Amino acid sequence: MKFLRRFFIRLSNLAAGRRADQRLREELAEHLAFQTEENLRAGMSPAEARRQAVLKLGGAEAIREDHHAEQSLPFIENLLFDLKYTARMLRRSPGFAFVAIATMALGIGATTAIYSVIDATLLHPLPYPNPSELVRIEDDLPGVGAQNVNVSVPEWKDLENSGIFQNVALDYFNSGNLTGSEQPTRIALKGVTPNYFAMLGVGAQLGRTFDPGDNTPGVILEVVISDGLWKRAFGADPRILGKTVRLDNDVYQVVGVMPPGFRDPGQTSEERNTELWYPGGFTAVPFPPPLRNSRFWTASARLKPGLSMAAAQAHLDALVDALKKQYPADYPAQEAWTVRLVPLSESVVGSVRQSLILLFGAVGFVLLISCVNVANLLLARASARGHEIAVRQALGAQRTRLIRQFLAESLLLFLLGGLAGIAILFSVGKFLLRLVPESLPHMNDISVNWGVLAFALAVSVAAGTVFGLAPACLISRYDVNGTLRQEGRGSSGTRERSRARQILVVSELALSLVLMVAAGLLLRSFWDLFKVPLGFNPSRAMTIETWLPYPNDPKTDIYSTATQEAVMLREVLRRNRTLPGVEETAVGDRAALPLGHRKDDRNLSPLIREGQGVQSSQPPLIDTSIVSPEYFHLLGMTLLRGRLFVDQDLQDTPSIAVINQAAARTYWPNQDPVGKRVRLRAEKPDWTTIVGVIADARTESLADASIPQVYLDIYQRPARDLAFFLRGQLDPSAISEQVREQLQAVDAELPVFRAETLNEVLSTSLSVRRFSMEMVALFAAAALLLAGLGIYGTISYLVNEQRREIAIRLALGAQRGTILKMVLRQGLTLAAAGAGVGLVGALIVSHLMAGLLFGVSSNDLPTFAGVTVVLTAVALAASCIPALTAMRLDPITTLHSE
Amino acid sequence: MKDKPDVLQGTLALMVLKTLDVLGPQHGYGIARRIEQISGDILVLNQGTLYPLLLKLEHEGSIASQWGASDNNRRARFYRITAPGRKQLETETSDWERTAQIIERFFNVKAEELP
Repeated sequence: MKFLRRFFIRLSNLAAGRRADQRLREELAEHLAFQTEENLRAGMSPAEARRQAVLKLGGAEAIREDHHAEQSLPFIENLLFDLKYTARMLRRSPGFAFVAIATMALGIGATTAIYSVIDATLLHPLPYPNPSELVRIEDDLPGVGAQNVNVSVPEWKDLENSGIFQNVALDYFNSGNLTGSEQPTRIALKGVTPNYFAMLGVGAQLGRTFDPGDNTPGVILEVVISDGLWKRAFGADPRILGKTVRLDNDVYQVVGVMPPGFRDPGQTSEERNTELWYPGGFTAVPFPPPLRNSRFWTASARLKPGLSMAAAQAHLDALVDALKKQYPADYPAQEAWTVRLVPLSESVVGSVRQSLILLFGAVGFVLLISCVNVANLLLARASARGHEIAVRQALGAQRTRLIRQFLAESLLLFLLGGLAGIAILFSVGKFLLRLVPESLPHMNDISVNWGVLAFALAVSVAAGTVFGLAPACLISRYDVNGTLRQEGRGSSGTRERSRARQILVVSELALSLVLMVAAGLLLRSFWDLFKVPLGFNPSRAMTIETWLPYPNDPKTDIYSTATQEAVMLREVLRRNRTLPGVEETAVGDRAALPLGHRKDDRNLSPLIREGQGVQSSQPPLIDTSIVSPEYFHLLGMTLLRGRLFVDQDLQDTPSIAVINQAAARTYWPNQDPVGKRVRLRAEKPDWTTIVGVIADARTESLADASIPQVYLDIYQRPARDLAFFLRGQLDPSAISEQVREQLQAVDAELPVFRAETLNEVLSTSLSVRRFSMEMVALFAAAALLLAGLGIYGTISYLVNEQRREIAIRLALGAQRGTILKMVLRQGLTLAAAGAGVGLVGALIVSHLMAGLLFGVSSNDLPTFAGVTVVLTAVALAASCIPALTAMRLDPITTLHSE
Repeated sequence: MKDKPDVLQGTLALMVLKTLDVLGPQHGYGIARRIEQISGDILVLNQGTLYPLLLKLEHEGSIASQWGASDNNRRARFYRITAPGRKQLETETSDWERTAQIIERFFNVKAEELP
């Protein structure tokens, strides 16, 4: 209490500039007068009385200082004084101030920008209460090489009753046709268990969410819609509750509208944009029979409060062991069934984590380099200010006081740099966001918020302290005598400082080499991916999607058989062929879209080969696409053996399939697969004959050419998620409307959406890779520039230090070329040291990022060599300017001026 | 010059408070003189050090000050103890006494008295 009261009075005195000098002076005068009087009474002479009084009082100046220190807060007062002084110094050397502040603005601005992305994605990925309790539950079948194979309904019930979770919810992502308004539209929707929103812990802004206790089997005819859909399709109608919507020919009642900020915790950006949710019991029609190994559903859950992930996983492992013993037929040992808990945040962020960490690392390097550069500038300035510092020390300034002042100086510089960085970030933020690929999770949540600002300020202060302290200590260790006598030439402090500067430059060069190697490797990976032979031809091809309604009651389904669907498809294809510019058309399901895959579009089927008993070995899973006969020709995929689909293959003719070479190699090694029979659904007894093998194409992943694929004929095996393929001289802006007209002439209730050229799809599939490559390349360029500036500054400084020596050499007859070589050699030595250290660092970093590389080894010689050459060239070029200055030195003027 | 001891750190504040408590409002010189007198002129103050201490005590709220006229009609700043100051004096006095007692016991201890 007392302490606080004293502190606040002193603080207010400081703030108000209240001084007690006058009062003290008066009091001391009175004091002396009293004492003198008493001394006089004691019989001293007036002069002696006065002298004794003064002696007894003590040193007036010391008293005044103590008194002043008590009146105010000397620490803060000094700090303010230092800052004022620094501001004045910076105003006097605007060039230095500008370069230093701009360097820091670059470093801190870039770091803050990347941090804001990380803040939105990795740090705050889930806008739900107690997000750490939320998990995704994933089944793995490591025995058959299958990961994340979803969960079945009986497993869900076991999980619900396990006591590990508060709620376990199932969901499946799907499409639906919203009809009844002007245009049928396809929307992203999710069927969920009624406890879905209770599990997430989010309520509706209007109406209610689902009743978690609702046990109705089958689909419950209620929907909750997103705020976006409410505004877009229903004009934000406040009386929306109780109204009905028609979805895939079924009528649902709207019971709630989610709040504006709510987003589904999906694994893909498309899934996160879900706009409608309906509940279901997941057991009766239209759901498939609830078998233990019918794992169709995504499961998420909320852990019991206070239960750690590890503890929950341990409980779960025990449960899995018990279930395996209880149902040995459903969980054969070969599958090695396991259940894995993944933090929901991780599963949402997924694959971009690695890229983001790489970016943060890269930007951290840029920040380090900018800090080193500014530290270097501070050191350089110190040598120019040697005289000032020496004079101040000679006048009695303490070393700590000097250090404090230099620290204040660097802190001010770094803070100004940080503020400038933030200001730039604010003004160009919109532009920068456009560089971020849309597939990045939470792309819309990226913003410069208080947390990000606090981060930027903390980085500025921390960097300012760390990188200000070292130069401050070095600077303050000045040899006063030497400096005052002859401006620091040859004094030990100078040598130490120039060594410090060289170390700084070497580290700068090393850091930028590491960044450049990283950028080079990423660039080569990207280029290789970009240039990789696709195995299919994306040029002049487009896809346009539609969705066939899937009503809950099979009796109202007009597309329940392949024959029914074939009539419609053939008519639409015929009509599409008549559109202007169209040369070829085909149709397939979404799994057939090359590279356009979202996770849920991958259609994995168990591959049961004839002659290999089902019971003895679990079937492997294989990517399955459903396509029309024209598909292969349209995409330019080559048939290697056998035949493709033809128009005579129909629902009632024998079921056939085409596989790719990878499937042939993997499942029928050294055999001819043509004529072999397979089953692609465990529960269906009929066999499918393989009739052809096509060459491998990178339709599944650019990075991997040999993923086994099986293609089925759409006229034998119907699909709902359709994509029309068109090739020809197409007008991308008009084609969508034209296809809509043709499609709706056949069925007026069908929507069309997402018209894309295959080249666009290709480019989108590379977007995250391109983003990280571009960013790292940008950072590497910035680093190279900064390193160049650093080496230029250091060599200039060395030349300036040695100008007397150079002048003497020249006066004694040294060749100017020798001088040039001497200076360049210094630059080269630094570059060589930097490159040496950097290469070691680059090797470590490149191995850490091996997972992000494609087609290039992490110790790719050309990249390493090329980068080293570039760095050396830049270092040489930067040393050239001071070297030329040194060469042109006029010995007479120089020696005279010294 | 060792025969006249300096003031022990921290005890000067206690002396000031006690002086003001016993003698009522005093000016700076008065306080300094009284402290020397009470100590029987054994203690010699570096009188100037009193003033920063007075300011500190005032900031802490233990004393208050105002301008007034001295006995011989000179303008002087008078210090008086406040209620919180009295309380501080009480606690510090008892603390000090306890410390003194303990020290005294140590001075008087003899080997044969210990178990």
